[in-house]
Amino acid sequence: MKLFNHDFEFKMDVLREVGNIGAGNAATALSRLLDKKVDMMVPTVSLLTFDEIADRVGGPEAVVVAIFLRVSGDAPGNMFFIIDQDSARRLLSGLLSLEVSEDLAYTEMELSALCEIGNILAGSYLSSLGDFTGLKMSPSVPSIAVDMAGAILSYGLLQFGVMGDDALLIDTTFLEGGQNAQGHFFLIPDPESFEKLFRALGVPLE
Amino acid sequence: MTESTVVKVGMADLNVASGGAVLRTSGLGSCVGVTLYDPVAKIAGMAHIMLPSSEIAREGQLNVAKYADTAVPELIRRLKAAGADPKRLVAKMAGGAQMFSFAGGSDTMRIGPRNVESTKLALQQAGIPLIAEDTGANYGRTVELDSATGILVVRSVQFGVKEI
Repeated sequence: MKLFNHDFEFKMDVLREVGNIGAGNAATALSRLLDKKVDMMVPTVSLLTFDEIADRVGGPEAVVVAIFLRVSGDAPGNMFFIIDQDSARRLLSGLLSLEVSEDLAYTEMELSALCEIGNILAGSYLSSLGDFTGLKMSPSVPSIAVDMAGAILSYGLLQFGVMGDDALLIDTTFLEGGQNAQGHFFLIPDPESFEKLFRALGVPLE
Repeated sequence: MTESTVVKVGMADLNVASGGAVLRTSGLGSCVGVTLYDPVAKIAGMAHIMLPSSEIAREGQLNVAKYADTAVPELIRRLKAAGADPKRLVAKMAGGAQMFSFAGGSDTMRIGPRNVESTKLALQQAGIPLIAEDTGANYGRTVELDSATGILVVRSVQFGVKEI
């Protein structure tokens, strides 16, 4: 993307900080929700081809639980909270004290609970990002799917699809202490949103 | 049993294969996997289409494999170059699901069905009959086309394996 031709490293650093602030708050929210320690890795920001994005969560055919939210407002984009099946079960048993069955099928109650976890996390991610940038960003109603990572993630790449063959991804990994439940937070701002994010944060565009 | 060669087709990508090789694309959600096959020459082609129309493209260098209206003609051209007869080609397709459901969905939300419609239109314009499809619904699919038989294998998490 043309926007990144100049000062590439610096702009990547700024976006990493965007991920840090958002995900930091989301991690705190998750920790309160579970009443457990939640660790967070340093966010990675990368320009990836469509195929590489699915590789981040185990390849296009890996079955994952994904909560998707469309971000609207000043800097629109797509947001995913992605966890593998083991982590989903651990989250459910930790949160609801439910004994979750080992098979693939989730009950309405379980899906709804996972959806709500995604909702709370995305809400805290976006509200802290909004406070920091002064931009208005609000999440849509969350939607959940348990399916192949490639099938799910391609949905968040459509806005990039018309621009080229790669997308910019802000990826933060969560680790729940002790039990090793792991989750990814993906923020994929629409191509038009970067300029607004940079402007709001006082990053010179030229 | 012999292991056949697998030719991978990525997202917004297309490829042709022959000599018993298998064309494969993984994780089709709202994207459409369309395959063309010449049963006499046993040459197969597959495209992983992401968007319905190249009219909305804002990229400098157009990736023809990405859009339904450009991917189908390009696939025909590549198959012809590989020795297939366009008059013998038959099409199959899978994908075009709606992965997430929202109340009052916008145009973006309907991308799967729109991809299916545009692909059908492109096939119709090229005069290629669509002989089988497994499209729509709300789940992801992985597809494999065997260039020896023209059989399309569709895999999904919930419904396992099916041949069309």
